[in-house]
Amino acid sequence: MSQKQEPEKRKPKSNFSRRGFLQGVGVTSGVLTTGVLESEAEAQTSAKVAGPGEVPITLQINGKPYKTSVEPRATLLDTLRHRLDLTAAKRVCDRGTCGACTVIIDGKVMYSCTVLAIDAQGRQIQTLEGLSQNGKPHAVSRAFVANDAQQCGYCTPGFVMAAKGFLDKNPNPTYEEVKTGLGGNLCRCGTYMGVRKAVLDAAKEMKGTKNA
Amino acid sequence: MPNTPDYHWPPMDKRRVMGKRLERLDGIAKSTGAAKYNSDLKPDGMLFGALLTSPHAHAKVTSIDTSAAEKLAGVTAVRAVVKAGDELQWAGQEMAFVAATTEDIANDAIRLIRVNYEVMPHLVNEEDLSKAGNRARPSGEQATGDIDKAFQEADATSEGSYGIPVLTHCCLEPHGQTIAIKGDHAEYFPSTQNVYGIASDIGRALNIPIANVHVHMDYMGGGFGSKFPADKWGLESAELSKASGGRPVKLFLDRATELSIAGNRPSVFAKVKTAAKKDGTITAWQSETWSTGGIGGGNLNAALFPYVFTQVPNRRINHTAVSVNAGAARAWRAPSHPQVCFITCSALEDLAAKINMDPLDMFLKNINYTSRADLYKFQFAKAAELMEWKKNWHPRGDSASGPVKRGLGLALGTWGGAGHASTCKTTIHPDASVEVELATQDLGTGTRTMVAMIAAETFGLPVSAIKVKLGDNAYPNSGGSGGSTTIGGVTSSTRKSSVNALAKLFEVVAKSLDVSADDLEAVDQRIRVKGNPDKGMSFTQACQKLGVNSISEMGANEPAKAPQEGLNTGGVGGVQMADVSVDIETGIVKMNRLVAVQDCGLVVNPKTAESQVYGACIMSICGALYEERIMDEQTGRVLNPDMEFYKLAGIGDIGEIIVHMDIREENDKRGVVGLGEPCAIGGIAAIANAVANAIGVRAPRVPLTPARILAALERRTA
Repeated sequence: MSQKQEPEKRKPKSNFSRRGFLQGVGVTSGVLTTGVLESEAEAQTSAKVAGPGEVPITLQINGKPYKTSVEPRATLLDTLRHRLDLTAAKRVCDRGTCGACTVIIDGKVMYSCTVLAIDAQGRQIQTLEGLSQNGKPHAVSRAFVANDAQQCGYCTPGFVMAAKGFLDKNPNPTYEEVKTGLGGNLCRCGTYMGVRKAVLDAAKEMKGTKNA
Repeated sequence: MPNTPDYHWPPMDKRRVMGKRLERLDGIAKSTGAAKYNSDLKPDGMLFGALLTSPHAHAKVTSIDTSAAEKLAGVTAVRAVVKAGDELQWAGQEMAFVAATTEDIANDAIRLIRVNYEVMPHLVNEEDLSKAGNRARPSGEQATGDIDKAFQEADATSEGSYGIPVLTHCCLEPHGQTIAIKGDHAEYFPSTQNVYGIASDIGRALNIPIANVHVHMDYMGGGFGSKFPADKWGLESAELSKASGGRPVKLFLDRATELSIAGNRPSVFAKVKTAAKKDGTITAWQSETWSTGGIGGGNLNAALFPYVFTQVPNRRINHTAVSVNAGAARAWRAPSHPQVCFITCSALEDLAAKINMDPLDMFLKNINYTSRADLYKFQFAKAAELMEWKKNWHPRGDSASGPVKRGLGLALGTWGGAGHASTCKTTIHPDASVEVELATQDLGTGTRTMVAMIAAETFGLPVSAIKVKLGDNAYPNSGGSGGSTTIGGVTSSTRKSSVNALAKLFEVVAKSLDVSADDLEAVDQRIRVKGNPDKGMSFTQACQKLGVNSISEMGANEPAKAPQEGLNTGGVGGVQMADVSVDIETGIVKMNRLVAVQDCGLVVNPKTAESQVYGACIMSICGALYEERIMDEQTGRVLNPDMEFYKLAGIGDIGEIIVHMDIREENDKRGVVGLGEPCAIGGIAAIANAVANAIGVRAPRVPLTPARILAALERRTA
């Protein structure tokens, strides 16, 4: 064991980086040297470099601070699941397509597989674990059960969070709005008919229940 | 027991729990995130596994060097499963496994493994049979009647080519497990359809007693037929754990690997010729089909042609299995049926169009060629009513002006689904709590809820009074969940063990009431004398009479005896009808409605049963319009092993779905029959037929992407 390098001493094998890439294409591609990208590259140059190796972070999740350490490349999803045992959010496509990892960050519905944990610091993260109040399941969770909007249940946590975020912004949606509003989540068992009804039921239930 | 107790289901009008639309018992656990899937586990000291797979569809390994991976800090074990000289037969084939303290380190270690190859020629696409060469294996002709004469004498013949591609299961929870090997004991937490049987895979491979392999799984995130064996990743994770001092190793496949090697459904391509009389009577069926199930070829049951109309008098059937360099097929919800249904119902719809006949009339005209004529007649009538078929159907090609064309299509299906062998233990405790234990698994179909409902019905108790214990191989063997055999098996064994336990309780109560045990019944949380409901006691009081002893009784479903007992049988029918709109300028198909009428004998819980049918309809929409595994001719790899380009329908893509469970006394008296497979058969065919009806020409190849619709329209005008 002693001849092995310790993780924190490891150096990146490649010098390839997004910043280097942007600078590289900047020379040859007029299209990409737009103001936005240049300013991003600029900002990165002056940013504090984190890692390689694990760095300590604090995440504000469901109103409570969680301290852990992660490699800078760790996604919020993997950090929730592997480091904090918050496993409601599921890893399915792991590239921002299916919505099984949906959480709410600063009031916005997001795929936690596309957010780096280090970038989620200082933001209010809400996961499905934080939705129940005093042990009582949230109206959306209850509506999913009442309308049998789940089978294997692996997409369900993401759907519930997407529905919660959707209803926060659209408290009185039409059936058609539900069909487009929940379009960012995929289910393999085919529970969409139940989900549509569940979201409409939850909307009714949540009206007047301030805490829901 | 002197006399065989009466296990029969209570009559429909006497049931208090069965047949009710109850919520699934694990619903809240799932919808609040409390449900722990085995992919969510993180036992103390857990390591992460990762695997290296072949980038080539066909190659010989000339060297493999894992030394750099072994030296990486945090890596605890590395195992190469191929060596120099081994031939790799598909892209994605497993080559090496690594365990490390974090998933990132495990993946870094995988990238440090150096493999050299001698790349060899591959075949990955089977659609063009002429390119298959000696990879094509014909299975011989099956012929009945005089087909050549039938074609000569026919009033009309129809010829067509059809194709349905390889699909992948795309289970949302990938294949994988968390496993620890300590000495000759295993703690095994897989995602499986086979909680009891899977222990033997680990026991045999690691040479430890199967009795020492403990399997546990509370929830699983989808299987659809693909999750029975322990698989290479299970066995190798066990070896990694063993090599890492017994620390648990978690390895669940990433999405690309899941879609590349964790199972798929065989394709089918077909050239079909059919014949009919003017009145619509089908006189001949001839099909030449070919398909692939991966490297092994095969995996399609061509004897199912012509689907459901199996008694068409003159038939000639040829099938060729094509071996390709791609991951192996696995059972996929109703193996062979959706594909054979699609080919058959497409060809028959084309035949109906040829003689200007409504396909509904033609299907009914030939319904005696099926083995369930009365059932299908009833179901087609019901579906036609729900779809307003006679009002909305038009001859092929919507003549309405404008670019959006609407059409209707139909299909039918059948499946067995008799209960598998299942054993169950029911225990009544002196405090009146009731446990039901059996080593089955709830795939999301509602098995846990159904078991509780059967026990509650038997004991006259509410469902909440029953504690169901499943998902653990410490309980009695209740078989794997495949082929829609679970519901018949577990309901029958639960019924029998619960009736047996209740009979013992009756013996105790009978003494204190001074009546015969045969005179007692369990109703409304009471044990009482039949015909004299005031004479009796509460279930709780009855159990108190047990003193300190619990009652535990076994019950078994034995498939050979089940037909006589009447608790479960096999053999169901279902029909589906689709209503679509097609924009002939863009080629986009929009689902309007899908109607499903489905029989599954005695329906234990219509709410969860309907959910399965809704789900199967949506899966059919995926197969008809979106899903397809695409293989790259050049690299031999899956081109779309992800969820952007391996497309599933979203919540807005499915139109409206109308499910009618065919619950009638004559179906109910056949007992419980499986549902998962039969409802997943007809939808693709119905949708494809609706598209042909809308645009006036057959688009022969699913999924019906805009490009394929536009190509079909181009051929029509060419």
